[in-house]
Amino acid sequence: MLAYIVRRILIMIPTLILISIISFTALQLPPGDYLTSYAAQLRQMGESVDEEAINALRERYGLGEPVYVQYLKWIHGILTRWDWGQSMEWQRPVRDLIGEALGLTVALAVFSLLISWLIAIPMGVFSATHQYSIPDYLMSIFSFLGIGVPSFLWALIIMYFAQTQLGLNVGGLFSEKYLSAPWSWDKFVDLLQHIWIPGLIVAIENTAGDLRTTRANLLDEVNKPYVELARAKGLSEGRLIWKYPVRVALNPFFSTVGWSLANRISSITLMSVVLSLQTTGPLQLRALTSQDMYLAGAILMLLSTLTVIGTLVSDILLAWVDPRIRLE
Amino acid sequence: MENDQLLLQVENLKTYFFLDEGTVRAVDGVDFEIKRGETLGIVGESGCGKSVTARSILRIVPKPGRIVEGEIILHRVVDKRAGSKMIEQVRLTDLDPMGPIMRSLRGCEMALVPQEPMASLSPVHTIGDQIMEAIILHQKVSKAEARSQAIDMLKLVGFPKPEQRIDAYTYQLSGGLRQRAVIAMALSCHPSLLIADEPTTALDVTTEAQILKLMRSLQQELGMAIMYITHNLGVVAQMCERVVVMYMGKVVEEADVDAIFHKPMHPYTAALLRSIPRLGLKTRERQRLESIKGSVPDPYSIPKGCPFHPRCTKRIRGVCDVQDPPNVQVEPGHKVRCVLYQS
Amino acid sequence: MAVRDSIQEEIAIEEEELRKAGEQVYVAPPWKLMWWRFRKHKMALISSVVLIVFYFIAVFCEFVAPYDPDLPMLQFKQAPPTEIHLWDTQGQFHFPFVYQYTRAMDPQTLAITFIPVTDTRYPIQFFVRGFEYKLLGLWKTDIHLFGLPPEAQDLQGVFIFGTDRLGRDMFSRVCYGARLSLSMGLVSVFLSLALGVVLGGISGYYGGRIDILIQRVIEFIRTIPTIPLYMTLAAALPRDLPIEGVYFGITMIIALVGWTWMARVVRGRFLAMREEDFVLAARLNGSSEMRIILRHMLPSFLSYIIAALTLNIPNMILSETGLSFIGLGLRPPAISWGVLLQEAMNLRSLVLSPWVLTPGFAVVLSVLAFNFVGDGLRDAADPYAR
Repeated sequence: MLAYIVRRILIMIPTLILISIISFTALQLPPGDYLTSYAAQLRQMGESVDEEAINALRERYGLGEPVYVQYLKWIHGILTRWDWGQSMEWQRPVRDLIGEALGLTVALAVFSLLISWLIAIPMGVFSATHQYSIPDYLMSIFSFLGIGVPSFLWALIIMYFAQTQLGLNVGGLFSEKYLSAPWSWDKFVDLLQHIWIPGLIVAIENTAGDLRTTRANLLDEVNKPYVELARAKGLSEGRLIWKYPVRVALNPFFSTVGWSLANRISSITLMSVVLSLQTTGPLQLRALTSQDMYLAGAILMLLSTLTVIGTLVSDILLAWVDPRIRLE
Repeated sequence: MENDQLLLQVENLKTYFFLDEGTVRAVDGVDFEIKRGETLGIVGESGCGKSVTARSILRIVPKPGRIVEGEIILHRVVDKRAGSKMIEQVRLTDLDPMGPIMRSLRGCEMALVPQEPMASLSPVHTIGDQIMEAIILHQKVSKAEARSQAIDMLKLVGFPKPEQRIDAYTYQLSGGLRQRAVIAMALSCHPSLLIADEPTTALDVTTEAQILKLMRSLQQELGMAIMYITHNLGVVAQMCERVVVMYMGKVVEEADVDAIFHKPMHPYTAALLRSIPRLGLKTRERQRLESIKGSVPDPYSIPKGCPFHPRCTKRIRGVCDVQDPPNVQVEPGHKVRCVLYQS
Repeated sequence: MAVRDSIQEEIAIEEEELRKAGEQVYVAPPWKLMWWRFRKHKMALISSVVLIVFYFIAVFCEFVAPYDPDLPMLQFKQAPPTEIHLWDTQGQFHFPFVYQYTRAMDPQTLAITFIPVTDTRYPIQFFVRGFEYKLLGLWKTDIHLFGLPPEAQDLQGVFIFGTDRLGRDMFSRVCYGARLSLSMGLVSVFLSLALGVVLGGISGYYGGRIDILIQRVIEFIRTIPTIPLYMTLAAALPRDLPIEGVYFGITMIIALVGWTWMARVVRGRFLAMREEDFVLAARLNGSSEMRIILRHMLPSFLSYIIAALTLNIPNMILSETGLSFIGLGLRPPAISWGVLLQEAMNLRSLVLSPWVLTPGFAVVLSVLAFNFVGDGLRDAADPYAR
């Protein structure tokens, strides 16, 4: 098992390097070097430009040098100093800006993942064991709603009804007074009170797929001979379904946690823009529109890294529940 | 006295499958009996209803199939463990297939050894887990006790190093070992009827011989009855005392194993026997191997009259394709469903 | 001896009968079996009709739209969907008509309301004259599918989906939006198909090291969250690009990530097919590799590809809508469903005129329709399976 984990981590390294290269390339895509435009912007606003500071930054990020030198300096800064570069728009180091947003994105993703499983697994099992029953049809309709209506549209619809029917503003993840407050227990409780609507929105869009996967996988499994033999043993229907086919049917489910996380991050990004949540979504959008490239690149890279780690965790989980993979 | 010996009665059993394309009469009026400790062979081509009969007895007919008529009666010794001889008749067809009584009989009084040992064990549980589960379910013993019983069972079926291999996963075992594990599981509660549904078809010939030998010796040791389902007549000759031949959901002939092989009466049985190769014949005794003309008819449109008449060489036009053949008792214990023997 | 002859004769007669019966057996070609299977899937059948209507609208949007989508009609701004009546206040039946509306402002809330004046009726007419356009870009005409008579056009309009903040007809805008949104789905799916078939085909056909490499690349691309990646790439498109350029750029971006899905399907089929006996038979007969692929393998997995394509179009449509919606995809004056939905981002606008969400429902409807048709096609793809 340990050898398996080590091997999986080693495989992860080239993936991470590739991700960093792509993020860096994206960061380089807009024309011009950002320090020049930064200086120009400052001049335009009539502020004095500290040539020395500009040159220090230029030196630090290797601007004007060949691209691979810039890349190496960037990566070196990240690895040694956790220095993700400077945000031009916020005039602050990127690392100070992304921490909380990233944390909230992850919290939302994990939260919605848990909701989805809580809904999708029992409902999928029920649907599969009661094929063609009325609840099965209702669940199909529910899953089609999830597939057809994207998260940002749900966000719009919920925002409309909350505003007109309840007089509520569902935007944001915190109440006004906690918005810029430091983290405390009360702020955390406040977050829990706000996170469930966006969490549910993301869950609706992604649960549908999970529900259909559970149902389809289970339908493939329930007619296998090992289920019949378990039945012939005299086990009760409920116990045998949960112990045998569900266990096998859920394997592909766990093995795609990484992709599922990636999908959820996509949903969260769009939905957050609508509901103006303090996640990476609006931050990234703003960074991209104002060409604040170090910030944008850092967000892309960190989000991708997160899903890679998610995949790693799911692989380890899968090896733990399925002995066949562990011993391969 | 005779009734003491009776274990299972199947009377006019009809199990149909209701599909969109039509109704498949998988089992269409089957009668037979199994006595205590005997081995009954059920023979027929694929799709003739052998396996569905077995599943009807266990009451695990898969959807959309259902028993529509007939009864199955199990004569069970009450309190086997306490040494009582009281016999109770249980009409299995009246029970709820998933109800507690049926569940307590299934796997305990009647156990199944399925066709494919490869696919019949869960890939993600150890064999020990699966055997112990059956023991705990029916005997209400502790986990440790169940484990030691499971090891005993594995030993009984000739499993090498059972103390260690009990924790093996199925993919770590060969086909023969898996089938032994499945047999150990079936025998773990000392059933009085073992239903073996082509238990050796998926195995190679040498393993098959080992498993057959094992089953025979276990039967002598434990005294249970075996209902042996197969399409292999050689295995029938080796294993069984009595034989039921099925064709298209009906029993066409029932007799002792000697009578079936030496004096087959139904044209179908005779044709089946002619289609197996024989070793050890002298050159001039050898004959061309015959096959049965045509193939099993479409299950949605069973021919009128005798279902075998389109393939039968002895059919009588205007009789076989019109009237249902009667079940004729030609000798004590020898029944044939054919007009040729009508008196 | 005589008995034997008679049996032989009977057998001969019967065999003749069987042969005749065999001639009457209808042999359905595979496409017919597929159609029979597809037909059983009712939702798929309905959905394909929906899609045909949608694509008809996309192609002939100028004809279907009653108004110029860019024309602000300030006198009708933020008008709710116009009610279409069949019976007047006296209960008399007429051909479909609309009432004259007058605009009023609620003195308390300052909200604008439209009140019907039941004295004045305008009949809805088909094939009326309206703004001028070129049908299919070729023929100049001013005939539209429906609308109010020309003399009523300045007094009242028929706005099925209401109007937006500037008084532009939402229905006409949704029709025009269909053109960009639906065609983008198709174009990007075909681009991703081209990539997916080539790379997936290579991967599945040759196997071995190149297969592992391509699989790693696919896994890698799929770990990057798509929307953040699309956003980054879309933001890199030059700002001053003309609409056509942005359209092409966005399509390319979506296809560049979407091909992985296609490649998996193609590879899977290739792997399964490689083991099939008919491929082995063709190889033993000395067919060239190209012939095996084109003549034997392609026909048998074409149906799978079509099903996978159909199931993939919704993702493409949703990606474009999402990108345009947050302002990184197509930009006004281009009209796509995503661009139209930007209007709904403004909470005030959304609360005052919830009908700005109608482009969203067009998205939902087309996504669902593609999903149902795709499901039906997937079931029909292998008509021999049970």
